[in-house]
Amino acid sequence: MNWDWSTLGDFLPLFGHGVLVTLQALVLGALIAFALGLVWALAQRSPLKVVRWPVTAVTEFVRNTPLLVQLFFIFYVLPEWGLTLSALATGVIGLGLHYSTYTAEVYRAGIDGVPAGQWEAATALSLPRSRTWAAVILPQALRRVTPALGNYVIAMLKDSPMLMTIGVLEMLGQARQFGSRTFQMNEPIVVVGIAFVLIAYPASLLLRALERRLAR
Amino acid sequence: MSEITSGLWGLLLHGLWVTVQLTVFSAALGAAVAFAVGLARTHRLWIVRFVSGAYFELFRGTSALVLMIWVFFVVPMTLGWQLVPMWAAVLTLGCTYGAYGSEVVRGAVAAVPQAQREAGVALGFTPVQRLRKIVLPQAWPEMVPPFNNLLIELLKGTALVSVLGVGDITFAAQLVRNATGRSAPVYTVILVMYFVLAFLLTRGMRRVERRAKASVGRLAPAEPSGTAKTGRVRQQDLAGSSSATGGVS
Repeated sequence: MNWDWSTLGDFLPLFGHGVLVTLQALVLGALIAFALGLVWALAQRSPLKVVRWPVTAVTEFVRNTPLLVQLFFIFYVLPEWGLTLSALATGVIGLGLHYSTYTAEVYRAGIDGVPAGQWEAATALSLPRSRTWAAVILPQALRRVTPALGNYVIAMLKDSPMLMTIGVLEMLGQARQFGSRTFQMNEPIVVVGIAFVLIAYPASLLLRALERRLAR
Repeated sequence: MSEITSGLWGLLLHGLWVTVQLTVFSAALGAAVAFAVGLARTHRLWIVRFVSGAYFELFRGTSALVLMIWVFFVVPMTLGWQLVPMWAAVLTLGCTYGAYGSEVVRGAVAAVPQAQREAGVALGFTPVQRLRKIVLPQAWPEMVPPFNNLLIELLKGTALVSVLGVGDITFAAQLVRNATGRSAPVYTVILVMYFVLAFLLTRGMRRVERRAKASVGRLAPAEPSGTAKTGRVRQQDLAGSSSATGGVS
């Protein structure tokens, strides 16, 4: 083992950039995943078969295929169809789309968990459909699913290094570029690995606390 | 589709075989790790619980791709010996998904009623006998659905090995893409390949689940169609016990 602290000093500024890019991809990807997941979940409850079936098929397909390949698909195939996106935009969209199929299931579980009496009460009060969703069902469903959504944010964090493969310079991308330039691979990779644990472990503790609070 | 010549198809099929091998070997290693660590986390000595808990948090907290690159690039440079890429990949995937699986094992073992264990004590079973004859047979049916989800995650995780240059489906697809100069056909083909593999795995695990439930005299739930099940099981274990599954799967 040869550990060189000065290499670490050289790497740290680059690492800072990498952290920012990772967090940026994470936040934007999570927003897409939360929004799109809700759209999928509502579409799967649609009374129309033409809406329900394609959405179910697409989400199943996206969920059961690797994110890495989906990233390659978006990055290499869309330009052939005339739509060119930057590497980071590709990564954000890929991450968001992939995880939206997971959050869709989470929302679905939350919506299914709202007692039938709430629906009946809304009907009895003759609330319009939009108001039933917005004021009765979703507030209760979302409260239930917040911890589960948080778990997927941590999962997204751990999948974010995949963006390296399409050329996004997030934490791992910076480490690898630094390693191939200086042939010092050990220090950067170890720092990145520790950074993941340092971000993910407190986040999971936070989620557990949140879960206990919401469960009351 | 016609751009992909028969030689290139051969490349893709070889990649498919490598992916299947990776999945099988990593799943075997992962299952061994899951049972060892999962049972260690219910051990009565605190030091055993602490070490296995630290293993779990470490592997759950860090990214599989970072670990893989570390094993592949850093270990040879610092220790001077090198793993064959295939086995470096199996080692990382097995240890990572084994850590997730240990939470499944721990949860299922903890869910076996305490009275069952006490009955074992009353009948004079040794601890090993209690585990083998009483606890595990009852915990096993509870483990199968979450294991199915992990297996699908593992299958998807094998795509990462293409970064190390292991010739799996994704790696073969990159070669085909370079050869044909077109991306849409080959990436569509391999996405379908992964989907079919995931579908077959889910089907197989459904059969295992039915058998496991039947062996402890419980009725299996009615067969739903296709891979819709992966999602349904996942949301159940999220809604039911997101603290028991302990975070990220």
